[in-house]
Amino acid sequence: MAKVIMTADDSASVRQMVSFTLKQGGYEVVEAVDGKDALQKLSTTKVDMLITDLNMPNLDGIGLIKGARGLASCKFIPIVMLTTESQDSRKQEGKAAGATGWIVKPFKPEQLMAVVKKVLG
Amino acid sequence: MIDVHRQAFKEEAYELLSELESSLLELEERPEDEELIGRVFRAMHTIKGSGAMFGFDDIAAFTHEVETIFDMVRNGKLKVTKKLVNLTLQARDLIKSMLDGSDLGNGGDLDASFQIISGLRELAGEAPPEAPAEASDEPVAVPVASEATYRIRFIPGHHLFTCGSNPLTLLAELRDLGPCNVVAHTGGFPSLEEIDPEGCYVFWDIILTTSRGEDSIKDVFIFVEDDCEVKIEKIADYGPDADNADYKKLGEILLERGEISREEMDSVLGEQKRFGELAVSKGIVEQQSVMSALVEQQHVKEVRQAVQQAESASSIRVPAERLDVLVNLVGELVTVQARLTQTAASRGDAELVAIAEEVERLTGELRDSALNIRMLPIGSTFSKFKRLVRDLSSELGKEIEMTTDGAETELDKTVIEKLNDPMVHLIRNSLDHGIELPEVRQAAGKPRQGTVHLAAVHSGDSVLITITDDGAGLDKEAIRAKAVEKGLITATAELTDKELFNLIFAPGFSTAKKISSVSGRGVGMDVVKKAIEALRGSIDITSVRGEGATITVRIPLTLAIIESLLVKIGNDSFMIPLAMVDECVELTREDVARSHGRNLAHVRETLVPYIPLRERFRVAGNPPDIEQIVITQVNGTRVGFVVDNVIGEHQTVIKSLGRAYKNVEGISGATILGDGSVALILDVPQLVQSVEAEAA
Repeated sequence: MAKVIMTADDSASVRQMVSFTLKQGGYEVVEAVDGKDALQKLSTTKVDMLITDLNMPNLDGIGLIKGARGLASCKFIPIVMLTTESQDSRKQEGKAAGATGWIVKPFKPEQLMAVVKKVLG
Repeated sequence: MIDVHRQAFKEEAYELLSELESSLLELEERPEDEELIGRVFRAMHTIKGSGAMFGFDDIAAFTHEVETIFDMVRNGKLKVTKKLVNLTLQARDLIKSMLDGSDLGNGGDLDASFQIISGLRELAGEAPPEAPAEASDEPVAVPVASEATYRIRFIPGHHLFTCGSNPLTLLAELRDLGPCNVVAHTGGFPSLEEIDPEGCYVFWDIILTTSRGEDSIKDVFIFVEDDCEVKIEKIADYGPDADNADYKKLGEILLERGEISREEMDSVLGEQKRFGELAVSKGIVEQQSVMSALVEQQHVKEVRQAVQQAESASSIRVPAERLDVLVNLVGELVTVQARLTQTAASRGDAELVAIAEEVERLTGELRDSALNIRMLPIGSTFSKFKRLVRDLSSELGKEIEMTTDGAETELDKTVIEKLNDPMVHLIRNSLDHGIELPEVRQAAGKPRQGTVHLAAVHSGDSVLITITDDGAGLDKEAIRAKAVEKGLITATAELTDKELFNLIFAPGFSTAKKISSVSGRGVGMDVVKKAIEALRGSIDITSVRGEGATITVRIPLTLAIIESLLVKIGNDSFMIPLAMVDECVELTREDVARSHGRNLAHVRETLVPYIPLRERFRVAGNPPDIEQIVITQVNGTRVGFVVDNVIGEHQTVIKSLGRAYKNVEGISGATILGDGSVALILDVPQLVQSVEAEAA
């Protein structure tokens, strides 16, 4: 069965690109428009991995990671955050909240797939 | 596909920009509103991040400056002023014009962006930016790493699992880098009551040999390096200067890893037992540490061995003539050996027979390995044909893919060389006449791209080479019409499909309506057939109209030595290649009388035509009362050859007849028998052909 990956991003174009790339790679994709939406969907849907932006309205990436780690179903799944190079402190914050890894924006589809393969096996 | 993403980004960016405008105007009214500041920041952030991803680098770079300012505002380091709002609005307008111009390759107004950035930096109390400099794109030299072995100790943090990391995927990633041995240290587990089920207690020693360098190993651990202990040491490399002496002793490895001290090592070494056992029994190190060190030792040894083997297993290039000389000598030897065996048997000397048998065995082995040296995989010619197909298909305006199978099948070097021209001709034919134009194919409900499949497979002492295309197939009616026109058959002749298809091998036969540069120049398939027969091979076609055609070429493995059937007519000996022989039946005087001079024999209810060789070769004397018919099969038809006696199988070293007799019909060569006499090798297909021609 195909593994399910959630992409949480307030930018529709990034969501579209991530979702397109993952589907090409044979994964199923669940999209969420912000942290709140993502957390709500996570409580009802079982996903194998989460890719989240850090800056989002309503609930930001850090809040989403903390929230997700609090869910039993998401305790051990890989969570990858999308950051920009200027956000090193945010990266540390994310790691502390329980993120598995990160992808630095801008990234190419191949880089995204490499990271997914790395953490999801 | 990228264009779709770019379009999506542009739409999103326009939306964000109009939102940005209203947010900025509101912000002017309520400069303290954190919600509004956050919204502005996020809009900038998204435009920057997504912009860079979809190739809007100029927009991303510019927006980055504005974003930086708003990050400061967000963190309370900067106040919202009218000037800031003004500048940001200008920035917003500039981004919009950059977006508008992006399709036209218009990079936006550099001066304007410089002005805005300077203004923003001034507000932030920073130095204005350097005037935009030429980007340096000097390539960074990437050093080519040679193969090396690394010792990696990976001690995961206790909370590795709750960060979503899986050490197993990391180990799998290491394995992708090269040969890898992993030893897990499980000694850290507490007792069951104290265990934290979500914690990680295991650590690993990994010995990895890779040519990708240390950085690629570090990359594997990039997400976990902060929380885990990862130690990477290079312990051996295999470059040209690497010394290949014995690898380190167990004690030295443990010492290097810091698991024992030198004093401990020396004290243990003082005793005459295996170091590992001793060290463990003395409680200096744990069993698993010793295991891990042993694995390292083994790993390096294996890689070194592999490197050495790769060096020594290299091949030697020998001129082909030397091989030919060798094979000739072996041929002579086989002949002499046959004589020796025969002489020994006739003398009745047991000791001599024993020696002769020994020589026979050795000669057999020598012959096989000498012939083996000349064997080459057919794959090299396959790749040549790939190129041919590629070039021809574009010339013909067709879309054709070539697939191959059995490229590793081995054939005598001479055979492969002589096979080249006929194969080129056959493939050209398939491409030119077989596979249709893409439009025609589409109309017929086939994929636009045609396929030519080339396969080679061993079958007994021959190799079968098949060329299969999924083109139009042979047009039976066209072949028939053409054959009648050329006078090859009568208009009323009844032919099987096979016979009909075989007509295309007749001299001067060509069904292509127009002559192209590729094929159809009159020197058609008959030349191919002759070339194949010169190799003692045969050729066959099957085809289904509309679905394609398959051409099968059967070629003997080698030209030098063949298995054949030794027969006698009077005092003369002849050889019939065994591959063509189906069976032997008797022919009595009564049988001959019953057939009323028509040379047909009844074999299990079917009629088999035969050729009396005694007559054909004008051998003097009378045939015995009971003659033998050796029934052969050539291109699917059975033809018998009448001889006096069948002696038996014979390993035949083929000798050419020399220039004077080169054109003798029906004889393809000669060989020397054990008693020194000469036997002629029958050219079965040619004999059948010439008899048929005479009869017609």
